[in-house]
Formats: sequence, C-alpha cells, structure tokens
Amino acid sequence: MMPLLEIAKLKTVLNTGSASIHAVDGLELKIFKGETFALLGESGCGKSMTALSIMRLLPEIAEIIEGHIKLDGNDLLLLPETDMRKVRGKRISMIFQEPMLSLNPVMTIASQIKEVLKQHFILHHTHLHKRILELLQQVGIPDAPRRMAEFPFQFSGGMKQRVMIAMALAGEPELLIADEPTTALDVTIQAQVLDLMRDLQQRTHMAILLITHDLGVVAEIAHRIAVMYAGEIIETATCKDFFQQPAHPYSQKLFAALPERAKRNQGLAVINGNVPLLSQVFQGCRFAERCDHAWELCRQTVPEWIEITPGHRVKCHLFSKENRSEYQVNRAQKQTTSSVEAYQPTPHQDSALLNVTNLKIHFPIYQGLFKHTVGYVKAVDGISLTITPGKTLALVGESGCGKTTVGKGICLLIPVTEGSVQFNGSELTGLTRHQLRKKRADFQIIFQDPYSSLNPRMRIIDILEEGMNALLPDDPHRIKPEQPLSSYQKENRIDELLQRVGLPPEAKWRYPHEFSGGQRQRIAIARALAVNPKLLICDEPTSALDVSVQAQILNLLRTLQQNLGLAYLFITHNISVVEYLADEVAVMYLGRIVEKGYVDEILNTPKHPYTQALLSSVPAIEATSNRPNRTHLKGELPSPANPPSGCYFHPRCPYVMPICRNIYPQKSTFSPTHSAHCYLYSQNQNSA
Amino acid sequence: MPFDPVILWTDALVYLLVATVLAIGWHMQRHTHLLMPWRRVTHSASGMAALTVLFFFILIGLLDTIHFRPALDKVSDNSGEKVYSVEVLSLFDIIVTPLRIRVEKTYSAPLSAHLYTKETVELPDGSQAREFTRLTFGGAHLEDPEVQRISDITERSIRGAAWGLLTWSLIVISLGMLLAKRGKINFLPMQSKIWSGATETPWHVIMITLGLILILLGIVVTLSTHYHVLGTDKVGQDVLYQSLKSIRTGLVIGTLTTLIMLPFALLLGIAAGYFRGWVDDIIQYTYTTLSSIPSVLLIAAAVLMMQVYIETHPEMFETILARADLRLLFLCIILGITSWTGLCRLLRGETLKLREMEYIQAAHAFAISHWRIISRHILPNVMHIVLIAIVMDFSSLVLAEAVLSYVGVGVDPSMISFGTMINAARLEMAREPMVWWTLLAAFGFMFVLVLSINLFADAVQNAFNPRIKTLSERASRSSHRSGKMLPSNLPPSRPASAAPPPEAKNNKVHS
Repeated sequence: MMPLLEIAKLKTVLNTGSASIHAVDGLELKIFKGETFALLGESGCGKSMTALSIMRLLPEIAEIIEGHIKLDGNDLLLLPETDMRKVRGKRISMIFQEPMLSLNPVMTIASQIKEVLKQHFILHHTHLHKRILELLQQVGIPDAPRRMAEFPFQFSGGMKQRVMIAMALAGEPELLIADEPTTALDVTIQAQVLDLMRDLQQRTHMAILLITHDLGVVAEIAHRIAVMYAGEIIETATCKDFFQQPAHPYSQKLFAALPERAKRNQGLAVINGNVPLLSQVFQGCRFAERCDHAWELCRQTVPEWIEITPGHRVKCHLFSKENRSEYQVNRAQKQTTSSVEAYQPTPHQDSALLNVTNLKIHFPIYQGLFKHTVGYVKAVDGISLTITPGKTLALVGESGCGKTTVGKGICLLIPVTEGSVQFNGSELTGLTRHQLRKKRADFQIIFQDPYSSLNPRMRIIDILEEGMNALLPDDPHRIKPEQPLSSYQKENRIDELLQRVGLPPEAKWRYPHEFSGGQRQRIAIARALAVNPKLLICDEPTSALDVSVQAQILNLLRTLQQNLGLAYLFITHNISVVEYLADEVAVMYLGRIVEKGYVDEILNTPKHPYTQALLSSVPAIEATSNRPNRTHLKGELPSPANPPSGCYFHPRCPYVMPICRNIYPQKSTFSPTHSAHCYLYSQNQNSA
Repeated sequence: MPFDPVILWTDALVYLLVATVLAIGWHMQRHTHLLMPWRRVTHSASGMAALTVLFFFILIGLLDTIHFRPALDKVSDNSGEKVYSVEVLSLFDIIVTPLRIRVEKTYSAPLSAHLYTKETVELPDGSQAREFTRLTFGGAHLEDPEVQRISDITERSIRGAAWGLLTWSLIVISLGMLLAKRGKINFLPMQSKIWSGATETPWHVIMITLGLILILLGIVVTLSTHYHVLGTDKVGQDVLYQSLKSIRTGLVIGTLTTLIMLPFALLLGIAAGYFRGWVDDIIQYTYTTLSSIPSVLLIAAAVLMMQVYIETHPEMFETILARADLRLLFLCIILGITSWTGLCRLLRGETLKLREMEYIQAAHAFAISHWRIISRHILPNVMHIVLIAIVMDFSSLVLAEAVLSYVGVGVDPSMISFGTMINAARLEMAREPMVWWTLLAAFGFMFVLVLSINLFADAVQNAFNPRIKTLSERASRSSHRSGKMLPSNLPPSRPASAAPPPEAKNNKVHS
C-alpha cells in the first residue's frame, strides 16, 4: 500500500549563533490514509519542528538540509512556493496548541473560514455561506447560524479549538497535523475534542498526524505511534503493541514515570539527566547517557532499526539477536526489584493543622464613572476544608473553578470576603499585615509556572535568603534565638536546602534563567522550605513540566513529606497525580466543593455526577480496555459572575431533576469522611 | 592665589553626579555579582567603540565644568587684596585660549584666509575698492594664500596626523604591555591576541576607534593654531570653540533633567502600579492633567516668570555666567517636572504587570515589606525601561533645548549651546551665498554625541537583560569560569533524581 505521507531522512537545523542545532535529525515515518499517527515525545525533542518542516512553515533561522517529504509520491520539498500554497490548507492542514492565539481577534469566525475557502475553491457567495455553516455544524458548534458572525473573544477555549478544526477541515485535507491540540484544554473539554476528532476521521477518512507528549491522548485516538527522542524516532509500533509492551528503554521509562494509583507507596521511576543538547554530534545511541541498560556498544555504535514483531520496530541494541534473550532475563529481574523502595505511611494524627470554614472570596465588578459595584465574581463561594499534619489534600477541578483563588486565599495573598481560616487553632483572617507576619513562616505556596515564580534579576542565594531574612525561622543550630543568622550560617543553611531538593550547592551563585523548568521548580520548593513551613500549598506545581520531570518533582514532594512531616494542599486538575499523591480529595466546581472524601472513596465510588464525569474524561492509558459508560460532559464551565440557579452543575448534569434547578443541594454523607452535594442521594437534614 | 574658584549651581550638581557614580562604582567593585553585567558591557564591540567616543565628550564636559575667576594682573584694590576678573572661565577655556580669543570681524568659511563678505577698503593710493579682506588670524602667516593655502593645509594635516599616530602607537604599546603583564604572557603574543579579536574585551575595536579619534584630533589641533577649522560666525567667533563649549550645555541638560525627572517618574509610577486604589487614582489624574497642558506653554510661562525674577534681582549674581547658569538649572528643573509623565505611565503599566507575577506573590507570602518588594523585586525589573527612556529622553531633551531657544525661552542668549548655534545658523540659511558651517558643526557634534550614547545604552541593555545572551558569550563564560560557575547547559553534577541525598535523609529536620 502506498503511504499518504512518507518522510525519509529528514534533517532540519536551526542556525543559532555559533552552534547549529539539529532539531530533526534523520527522521523517517510513513502515514497511511485514514489512520491516526501519533508522534510522541517530550518538549524539545523536535516534534513541532517536524510538523513545521512538513508544512514548510519553518522559522527563518531553520532550514531543511536533507531528506524527502513525499505526499502521494510527490516531494513537497521540490515544489515552488506558489504550488506549496495550494498544498497548505487544501491537502495538508494544521491545528495548533493554543486556540487563543491562533485566531485573529478582529475577524469574525465566518470571515476567517471564508479566507480558507476562497483560497482553495471557487464558490459562489451563497454556497460559501452554506459551506461555512456546514463546517461549523460538523464540528459541533451549537446555534451555528448566529455564532458564525461572532468574534473569537465570544467563544470559550474549547469552542475556539472547534473553530480551528473547522478551519482546518475547510479545505477537505487528506492529512491533518494536530500539534498538541488539547494541551491547553481541560480534561472534560479535551475528551470532547478528542471525540470530535475521532468522529471526523471516521466520516472523512483523512489521516491525522497527532503530535503530543500525553500518553493518555495517544491511547485514546492513535492507531500507530512513533516515539521521538532528541531529533529522531526511536520506536514505532501499533497502539496496541506499544501499550502492551513498550520496547525501547525510554518508552518504558515514560510509562514508569506516570503517576498512578498502583505506585502510590513507591517512588516513581525517573530518567536521569536531561534531554541532550541537539547541537552536539552524537556517537552511538542518543539515550545511552540516561539509559539504565546502556553498555559500551550503546556509546559507540548507532543502533539500527530492529523489527520485534511485524509493525513494531525499535532502535536499540538490546533487541539485536545476540542480546535479546539476556535482556529479557534482566528485565524480569528489574521488575521485581523496582518496587523495593517502598515508603512507610506516616502515623495518623487527628488534630487539624488547617481548618477552613465557609471561605468566600468575591471580586467586585465595577462599572460607570464613579466605579460603583454592580455585582460580584464569586470565585470562591463558601468552601470548607480540613488538613491534618503530614497529609495531602488534593483540590481538583477544571480551570476557572476557583482552585487557585482558594490557595491564595488561604495564604491571605488576596483579601478574604467571608469565612474563617484557622491555622493550628489561631484565626488568620482579619489580622493586619504586621500581625500576620509572625505566622507567615508556617504556610508557604509553590506556584504553577516555574518561569515566572523566580525573580530573573536575583541570584539563587538571594532568592533563598529573602524569606529567611524576612521571617527569621527558628533554626536548631542557632545559639541565641534573638539574633539574626550570621551570613555563614545562612550559607550553610542554603547549601543544605539545595541539597535537600537535589541541586548542587554551587547552584546558588547562578541566576534563574540558567536552569531548566524542573530545576526552577526545585528552587521554588527550596525557597518555600527555607522558612520551615508546616503546610505547603502547591498550585499545580507540575502542570508546566514534562512527564519525566513531573515524576522527579512528585518524588521530591513525597520524600519531603516523609522526612519533614509537611502537609500539602495540592491544587491540580491532573487526576493521575491525585491518585498518586493525595490522601484526601476535594472536588471543586464553580467555587464550591461538590464532593470530598478519602482518595479511595472518591476514585472508587464517585458519587457526584461531576466527579464521575471528570474521572471518565481522563484518557485511559490501557488502550485495550474500553470502559463501558463514558459520560462525557456537554458544555463548559459557566461564568462565576452569573452562576446558574440551584445546583451549579445542573446545566451540564445528565441526571438533572426539576429540584436541581431551584435550590442548591444539602450535604449527603456516605461515610464519616465521604460527602457530596447532590439530590441523587438522601440529604442530611441537620447539616448546613 | 592666581584665581578664585567659582562653583556654579550646575557645577555642584555635576560634581554630585560624578561623586555618586564613583561611589556606586566603588560599591560594585566589592560585589562581584553586581559587576558581572558591567563586565558583559565591556565585551560588546559597538558599546566599547561608543564609550571611547563618549569618553572624549565627557572629558571636555568635565573640564568645562571647573570654573574660576582669574586674578587680574597689576590691579589690586585699596586694601591690597587681589582683584579678580568679572569673567568666569573654565579649565577648558584656558586650554583652548587661542580659539577663544582669536576673534575675526565676521563670517569666514572653514580653513579660509579671507572674510566671507566683501568689504570696502581704502587702498594705499587713497581710492576705495570692495574686496574679500584677509583675516586677522586665520591663515595670517601666508604670504599669498591663493597659492600657498592648499599645500600649507595639506602639510599641516599630515603633520597633525603623524602626531596623532605617534600618540596612538604609544598608547597601544603601553596598553599592550599592561595587558601582557596582567595576562602573564609575552608582549607579542598579546598583540596578536588583541588584533585577532581573541580578547574578552574587544580591544582591537577600542584601539581602532581611538586611532581614528587621535588622528582627527591631531589634524584639528595643528590646523587650529593657524586656521579657523570650522570657520567663524557672525561676530567672528570660532565655530569649533562654540561647538566644543556646547557639549557641556548639552550634557548638563541631558543628565540633570533626567536626574530631576527620574525620582518623580520612578516613585509615582511604581507606587501607582503597585498600590492601585486611591493612590493610583490620584497619580493618574495628576499626570493626565499635567500632560494635557501644552508643554511648550507651560515651560514658556515658567521660564518667563523666572526670567522676570532674575532681571529684577540683578544683585544676586556676581557674574553674567552665574545668571546664565541659574537659568540653565531652572530650565532643567522645568523640563524635568514637565517630562516625567511619559516614563511614569510606562512604569505604572509595567508594575501592574509585575505585581501579579508569581515571585511577587511569593514575596508577599514571606511577609516582605512593601518597600523591600518595590526596591528588590520591582525596581530591578523595570530598570531596562528606565534605561531606554533615559537615552531616548537624552536626545529629545537636547533637541527640545534647541526648540525652546528658538521660541526665546531656552538657555540664556549669552550661553553657548547647540540650540543657540542652530538658532543663529537658521537665520543665515537663506543668505546667498549660504553660511552652512555653523549648522553643520552643530549637527555633526550633536549627531555623534547622541549616536554614541544610543549605542552604549544598547550594549548596557543587552548586558543587563539576563535573557538576551549570545551563544558565543555563553561558551566563553563556561570555558573561563569553570571553577565557580557550572556550564549552564549541562545538568548539575548530581543526577537530577528526586531521591534525597543520603545526608539529608539521616539528618531529619526538627520541625
């Protein structure tokens, strides 16, 4: 069978300064008609450069120095630019990661789609209009005749991605390149978009090249998979083979690094070191430096393609005939030893460290000349939480539900409208800035984006010292507690902190931009630890990181909890992280907690329809298991400025009843620790 | 004492500025990490070339700032005390005395031996004729200018260039020896290293710039002893002298105005963005109001008021220069007070963005005081905007001075500045044949000054922005400082696994 797209020996280099970076280095792949081909890899491995090379939309500093990209047998690299324009959008189209940035904000949706149609077809005005309508309906935009005249800002994130898909489909392409199409979206929206893509493919029989770093997404829709590492493909397989038996040590590590429930009481596997610099000349296998199985041969000779089973090929010396049997034995041993390093669960304590009751944070909406208040955005609307020392409470919800606001509210970084926050029995709300100062050392916050959470103009030593200087934590090594730490003691303490988070002490002389994302997040953790807090509020600390780096950070957090007895409030939207790390879970929807309980209770027997939907939206890694009742949510999160009446969830709820539309449900208790707010269950009469 | 030192207001402020710069320099000398970005400035070729040019401008400006009144010879008052001249001179005036005192009758073209206009002269036979008369000083040594002038000028230029080259080679050799001694290598390898551009600081660029300047300087110096290199103006004053004197006025207006404007813009802009609320409202309304008044009108009104005050209190000023100087200072203050709004608005916007950054939130979580957050987190992160604004303002302020002088509210007419020069030249542009050299001289000097400041500021900005770094710098840094600094792209020596170091595991923290 003739492949639709065939890439052979593609080499793309980026000419930056003195050293040129080999972003794509000898890439080969084939995509057949009607299949979804997933290109999987961590950030910086050259996935997007591959996509841009196919489209010939490379940035100016990049150039393709070798190779063929054949679409139906015609080499795209030989086409003149005018002919290439007829290919883009017509035969190959592309959707990008960030739907917010890929639509022109000053053009209506219809006129943006019209541009594509006019470029590739000669259509009469009325036909044009009809075709746009058809496309928008095809991607499931409700009320398309009215919405097509609207501007991008009137659409939500998921809807924008649908519009992007409609635009990509306008030319009836044979190949759709989707570059991280769901990374910027919430799980429930991601599930909708993936459903849509699968559905469209079945109808139009186009091929999809899916570029992603998310194993879950791959498992959901891909037919064949290629794993990319440091500019080249190291393994190709069908989806089934790959998920049943990943061959390359890197692929195996990727699976092992995924947090999940089964690994709860053990450390996650980590890949040592970083992705190698692509400006260097490689000798031998590119993964050898980080590979556990590497031996001399790996460092000297580049491995050839080896076919394990039909369709499953790998570039690794372990699978060459002479090594194969030996490796299988090794692997069996490895698997038994890998779970030895188990952690002891901490003894249970009952006294609450943090007690939040009926916390409300409302932001006023101002209008008019004199800025009178016309309403409130109820970001957090009466939530109650309890965290015990040394335990982890996970706060789960979609973006925009007020999770981060809760974290900042507990830290009193934003004013609390109502309710109480008690830390160790003393009330924190209502204190002045000065009174609060003495308590600040006990609770610290770690932010999501490691790139904006460190001041770029301060050295690491200054960053770490700042909190120590401001809060003067009690240090066991200090002789006189009244005196500030001497600079020598401070430096010792900083070295200790850096070692604790796994960085060398020399790192303190450097500036933040010299570190990678994962290292920066370690520094942010060290900064928080500098004042010996008892509670860490972690605001999505791993969502900006790659899977292998995420595993490192999660391991670090777990170890710190073991050693220092820290309690965590872990704010996240990633269910697998919750499964791995949390003791208790609270599910949040539009400023309120809809269900909370122990992690097993929530994950095994979710009661609230929202929790159920959230859990079923998470892409399953096991490609074979077809879960029976997938309740994918319709619609999106309503605005907290104008929440629906009654139960906030009722517009999206599959089990909606008349009473849901009128009154917010009371608590339903299932066990002393497990409760939810839903009319499907009997209501507690006495509890408020 | 043969002279009586005079410290004018602007002098005092310039001294203060120099002292501050020296103090900061001394402080940075002791803190290597503060010095690092400035070291990177010295690695920029264009920046160092610009700095070499700037050095000469600043030198002239500083020499022109040291003012005094020379004692008058053979005159003493009744009590036997020395009497000092009413004319205040600067050190620079003394150095260029020939340029200052050799005044012709009126216009003469550059390097000319004749006046630019015909004059009626009485011939020895008693008849009158109109002809271009010879200049009193310019080319006065020539017997027959028509024949000798060109060859004389060429000969002097070559001599001057030779002097320049000689001085230059002396500097090159002494610097080469110094660097060789410091780098602990021999003289010749050091030279080859310098000229192949292998040194960290681009010495070859500095040397070439310096060479060009010194050759030019040599030519000008040798020529100016017998010619007016840039011609003379309406009252016969040497244009070269005027251009050199204008440098101080330009530098003073550029620096002092910025200095006066900066506290307003920084304090109010950051406060508005950081505190929000009513503070923001008040500051915003203030600058909106201030910037909606036409600034020329505001400046004119203020300058005229001040002018009236000065004229009604002549007893306050001992000399004309003191009066002109006070007027210059007030011009700086008025320009400063009216021009802070633009930078203030920029800083407010940037601070609004910064205050939401997570590292500011983290600082709040550490209960760090507002003042420390502003000074340690916000100020360093808006400095690049301040730096760019200062440079942009510098050139526009020099130009504004010219415009204001044209309206008649600029510097005192007795003070030499680019503005007054351009203003005077403007009147002669319509004349036939055209008097072009005054304008060209002012333009040329202003252009070189502003261009070199712009280039230098570019280099500073690149060096201070930690994100802009070229690969070559990175490579050179990792090879030079492998001891203390880790190579930036490689992972730290400890494998980045999350397993805690064994010592941390045993040594549980007592919390």
